[in-house]
Amino acid sequence: MMRLVRYMMIMLLSVAPLQLPAAAGSAASFDATKTIFDHLKDSYEWHITTIGNKHITIPLPVILYSEREGWALFSSSVFHHTDTHRGFSIAREGAAEGKIVEQGADGTFSRPLLDISITKNVLAIFLNALLLVVLVLSVARWYKRHSGTDEVPRGFVGAMEAVIIMIVDDVIKPNVGKEAARFTPYLLTVFFFILLSNLMGLLPIFPGGANVTGNIAVTLGLSLCTFIAVNLFGNKEYWKEIFWPDVPVWLKLPVPLMPFIELIGIIVKPFALTVRLFANIFAGHTALLVFVCLIFITMAVNKYLGSAMTVISVMFSVFMNILELLVAFIQAFVFTMLSAVFIGLAQPQHHGSDDNENK
Amino acid sequence: MSILLPDAGLLFWMLVAFGIVFFILARYGFPAITSMIDERKRFIDDSLKNAKEANERLANIKAEGEAILNAAREEQTQILRDAAATREQLIKEAREQAAAEGSKMLAETKRLIEQEKEDALLQIRNSVAELSLSIAEKILRKELSGDKEQQAYANKMVDEAVAKKNAEQ
Repeated sequence: MMRLVRYMMIMLLSVAPLQLPAAAGSAASFDATKTIFDHLKDSYEWHITTIGNKHITIPLPVILYSEREGWALFSSSVFHHTDTHRGFSIAREGAAEGKIVEQGADGTFSRPLLDISITKNVLAIFLNALLLVVLVLSVARWYKRHSGTDEVPRGFVGAMEAVIIMIVDDVIKPNVGKEAARFTPYLLTVFFFILLSNLMGLLPIFPGGANVTGNIAVTLGLSLCTFIAVNLFGNKEYWKEIFWPDVPVWLKLPVPLMPFIELIGIIVKPFALTVRLFANIFAGHTALLVFVCLIFITMAVNKYLGSAMTVISVMFSVFMNILELLVAFIQAFVFTMLSAVFIGLAQPQHHGSDDNENK
Repeated sequence: MSILLPDAGLLFWMLVAFGIVFFILARYGFPAITSMIDERKRFIDDSLKNAKEANERLANIKAEGEAILNAAREEQTQILRDAAATREQLIKEAREQAAAEGSKMLAETKRLIEQEKEDALLQIRNSVAELSLSIAEKILRKELSGDKEQQAYANKMVDEAVAKKNAEQ
């Protein structure tokens, strides 16, 4: 297996030098970078496929609030016919590329005050959320209808139970500690939300395919929830350790060095969560898209090379998809585990006994 | 670099959607599942404990039964041994008694025989004395009459005496 992979890598590398001038030459016909980023980025409509010249898209509602126009609600499909609607247009370049901007009185473009459009990712989140609620409630219904002591669930409910038991017993209870029961619903929700979003993201077409957990806003949202769970329910001991830790006084009195470091720690924890999940899923999607795009890049260079690359790309895509299935689970697991660890750290029990253990 | 900048609108909807999902699942979803799993776990633990206890009790009962059986067996051997000893004792006693009785009877018999013998001897002696006396008397009386007649007479006397003696006895 490793030899096969190495062989393929050599082939890919030997192709790479060919691709650069060719890609530059046929930039108008196929721009791999743009294609990849268009797939990874959020958008105002859900583009499913293009057959011939016909784009099959799901138009989504655009919800804006600007000082000039007030609230604006219209379908994203208006931009199919016109570039500018009520002064709003989709920026083609600049910092806000791909986002809706409005033209001010002085002619400059700026983002509207509020843009809460139902974008592709928002719709994907809603669909995932709905699916998650339906799945979990259907499992919960089984438990409401059956006596847990008389029957053991089979099939999907049994599989869900196995995963829930694993998360509760191996992740939540050992990491959170005494207050584990209080945080179990939250951590389970986080785990299944991320897992389902990751898996849905691997499906190539609607309703999957959206790069939900590979979007930094989504992972930031999840991290914020964990941040709230950590700091809202942190006990007295936790706050004492931040503002008045057990260190020599000179480390905290004239210049609050340790408290400052501890405060940075509070910010860094959710930041680490945000970036880790985002980067992993983003990288996975990128790799998959690159393998698919390689077909088109090499096809533009040479028909035979392109045909050979098709086989290799599909094999790599299959390999990546299998890997991403693993990553989808691992990242959900890791996010849940780190959240549990952070929550557990905010619930120190007996400081004295902890010290003894460390010694 | 827009992929590294979180979009406020998406963040907003994300928080709304996740909040709703969390609210629903934390209320109606996961507690029902986890509480039932906990309940089943407790049930299994209890069942295991009960089974263990029952096993222990069974083992105890078995051991008790064994002990009772052993005690009974010991008692049985004790009883058998006692019975054997008692039997030996009885036989021995009986034999001793029989022997004592026998020797006692033998002694008695001997004494009786002795006495009988003495009585008989005494009687014989008396009879002989009497007989001798009467024979002597007859002989004396015959001697007085003739020789032949005397002999016949003496024989007749002896016969008479013997007959008399027999008649007497």
